[in-house]
Amino acid sequence: MANLSKLAVNDGHGENSPYFDGWKAYDANPYHPINNPNGVIQMGLAENQLSYDLIEEWILKNPKASICTNEGISSFKDIAIFQDYHGLPEFRHAIAKFMGQVRGNRVTFDPNRIVMGGGATGASEMLMFCLADPGDAFLVPSPCYPAFDRDLRWRTRMQLIPVPCSSSNNFQLEKEALEEAYEKAQQANIKVKGLILANPSNPLGTLMDKDTLTTLVNFINEKNIHLVCDEIYSATVFRSPKFVSIAEVINDPNVVCNKDLIHILYSLSKDMGLPGFRVGILYSYNDLVVACARKMSSFGLVSSQTQHLLALMLSDEKFVARFLEENAKRLAKRHKLFTEGLEEVGISCLRSNAGLFVWMDLRGLLREPTLEGEMKIWRIIIHDVKLNVSPGSSFHCSEPGWFRVCFANMDDHTMEVALQRIRSLVDQKKESSVKSEIPVVKDNKKSQKSLHLSFTARRFNENVIMSPRVMSPHSPLPHSPTVGAST
Amino acid sequence: MAVGIEKPSVGLSRVAISETHGENGIEKPSVGLSRVAISETHGENSPYFAGWKAYDENPYDEIMNPSGVIQMGLAENQVSFDLIEEYLRQLPETSFGGDHVSNFRENALFQDYHGLPSFRKALATFMEQIREGKAKFDPARVVLTAGATAANELLTFILADPGDALLIPTPYYPGFDRDLRWRTGVEIVPIHCNSSNNFQVTRQALEEAYNSAKAMNVRVRGVLITNPSNPLGATVQRQVLEDILDFVTKKNIHLVSDEIYSGSTFSSSDFVSVAEILEARDYKEAERVHIVYSLSKDLGLPGFRVGTIYSYNDKVVTTARRMSSFSLVSSQTQQLLATMLSDKKFTENYVRTNRERLRKRYDMIIEGLKKAGIQCLKGKAGLFCWMNLGPFMDKPTKESELALWSLIVHEAKLNISPGCSCHCSEPGWFRVCFANMSEQTLEVALKRIHDFVNKQR
Repeated sequence: MANLSKLAVNDGHGENSPYFDGWKAYDANPYHPINNPNGVIQMGLAENQLSYDLIEEWILKNPKASICTNEGISSFKDIAIFQDYHGLPEFRHAIAKFMGQVRGNRVTFDPNRIVMGGGATGASEMLMFCLADPGDAFLVPSPCYPAFDRDLRWRTRMQLIPVPCSSSNNFQLEKEALEEAYEKAQQANIKVKGLILANPSNPLGTLMDKDTLTTLVNFINEKNIHLVCDEIYSATVFRSPKFVSIAEVINDPNVVCNKDLIHILYSLSKDMGLPGFRVGILYSYNDLVVACARKMSSFGLVSSQTQHLLALMLSDEKFVARFLEENAKRLAKRHKLFTEGLEEVGISCLRSNAGLFVWMDLRGLLREPTLEGEMKIWRIIIHDVKLNVSPGSSFHCSEPGWFRVCFANMDDHTMEVALQRIRSLVDQKKESSVKSEIPVVKDNKKSQKSLHLSFTARRFNENVIMSPRVMSPHSPLPHSPTVGAST
Repeated sequence: MAVGIEKPSVGLSRVAISETHGENGIEKPSVGLSRVAISETHGENSPYFAGWKAYDENPYDEIMNPSGVIQMGLAENQVSFDLIEEYLRQLPETSFGGDHVSNFRENALFQDYHGLPSFRKALATFMEQIREGKAKFDPARVVLTAGATAANELLTFILADPGDALLIPTPYYPGFDRDLRWRTGVEIVPIHCNSSNNFQVTRQALEEAYNSAKAMNVRVRGVLITNPSNPLGATVQRQVLEDILDFVTKKNIHLVSDEIYSGSTFSSSDFVSVAEILEARDYKEAERVHIVYSLSKDLGLPGFRVGTIYSYNDKVVTTARRMSSFSLVSSQTQQLLATMLSDKKFTENYVRTNRERLRKRYDMIIEGLKKAGIQCLKGKAGLFCWMNLGPFMDKPTKESELALWSLIVHEAKLNISPGCSCHCSEPGWFRVCFANMSEQTLEVALKRIHDFVNKQR
């Protein structure tokens, strides 16, 4: 039978890593408050489900925004034919305005630099196609978003060089680490084309301050490489300090920067909780990139039906202001509830003020400070505690023991159940430990055994449990079964 | 195809955006962009875009600009919108799917690359309906992509490595140059067809194309056909399909059948899908066959970006699904179309009525052209006809064709597509779209052609 391409048969899709055990376990046994209260709670999916009511309310009040309602159907034909890759002008204007509002109107965005992509996934790949040739590399601070491996490298054939950050300084990116990574690449004859980072950070939930961003700008200008800032979580900042966008930094007259090197990635999947709508945005200060990316966006345009809806919604300044404020409040509340609940049982998280997750420190619970140690505790969390959390190793974190835990993709009750389970895990560990405090002593097999017995009668199965349908974490049935797609 | 008119940027040097020259040389990009970014494989600097620009600068409008350029280069279907609008109007509010609030959050969250099950099923059923049940489609093999543009590129990424080639019969859709080659690094090797046999693919032409690739040391991974054909507006004959299938089997390569115009045949009996042939062969060797479809032409919804890959190869389905992450269909749009396409009454009426209207338009334009002494290829499908202006050219050359075309654009003020933009090896043919305008506009266009031809004599 005719062969497929190398791309088709390699692992670039990223789905074969052990990281997906958690997804499979969830998929095979999803939590439901009534039907399956002992199921796995999904805490590995960075979704924002806290503010739908606000959007739903707006939609009810604005039937014209839909081309299917009686009020909106007169627009149907024009919208249905519209496939111009420039995008609906009103859509571009609304996005530019929205991005400005998210940044407190401290900076404005030019609608003519807005280019669409198939979600942030499509937009980021598209940008890499514009900036990097096969074999070229981008530096990326780690820990970082796992799907960058697939999104940025798979079909573009470029490489990613991690710049490790450590807990010793709260995972902040150090100039020395950047220089070192850059030098190493030079010596290995690898062409570095740029630096890509997410700010606010996934998985850390932290922000870069202006000084750091300025340092980065200086760095990339000196090396004449590109800087890509993925600001997809920009409106999830729920507490001070305020978010500083790269747009603000290069707008500062005191900052010297070749603007042709600066590009921003954005999407509505996190800030507004609309991942299904596939709204990816590239905002580039480089005219050639805008021109090229625009043509390339043909491969992932936003549905004109969706452009039309969002054009109206996002240009409603009052709605946007209220949404941003209320959304931040709810995130703050949820974050506080969760982190305080963890603190109560002696689990701390990296101090953060953004994102839909926390970066939880479980180093104290590891039997050994290694990847294997991390994997062991992670499997316990999935199979015995029944929480799908994401191990730090899947984010290329160089330090074992950290876990990303999402808190915005569930209701209050489920959150409480999750906290309860975490409390139990730690209590059990405490009880069975020889020493009175955590961490659990090395080689204490007794504690390990009692942990198992206390939670489940069945033996923990080390083998991957394949669900009948293999689901991808990048596009799973991710949310609580109460919101599962039933059609 | 998704198009935008790029006005040339002021102050950028030719070097910055120039094509690569020389055998080995990739001009080192001065601004640090990739080779893909600098190359011209996006295809938009070809001379035929001059027609678009002429239209863009002076678009025809019945009332506001009756002497403007009439757009006849855009293969859009605007003849049946009223049917869709009527359908939507009579739908009760509760079934507007993703637009209705109680369903909103579930729909807004849905980003599963398997796609909405109800939509996949409705799409598979719709594809069966178009083929009058002569072939079955399994919803589990339907992979959704943002338009056929994405589907074709995606398949190319999966079936071929950079430097490999796909064989494509000429003339072909100009967008393939970009869609199949630009980011994939895959080549297109033409299978030359000509008017001596109505541009049908022959076994000899297939072998010649394959051998010419071999001579260039290029590995052929598959054949890609469009059936019904763009720009010919003709369906591929059953025997030719059988020949192509035998050929790809013999060479152990893939076959992609882009059936995007399958619902636009004037009579359902005229079209034979490769799916039917496979069913007749009991699906032997089916794993090398992949069908591309979209709702952009048949339903006239190009803005919604709905494309699909239907593959008989499990590995291709799995890989395509994963790769579709870069170009998923908006869940809001999936929901709307799932509702619409699940309504058998609506779809049957639509498919039938749409066909009748297209046939009527086709007859009208053929008649009008005949009066002007112009012959067209006998067509049975599509949103355009393939017009022969060879007799009006002094020399049967590409230059003559382009000169004539330029006159048509600037004097007759009609933007039609010259055959060379479709890589036709026989000069003198032009593609003329007829479904993207009102009947009145079509009358005006036909009169202009008539007058223009008279002037030339």
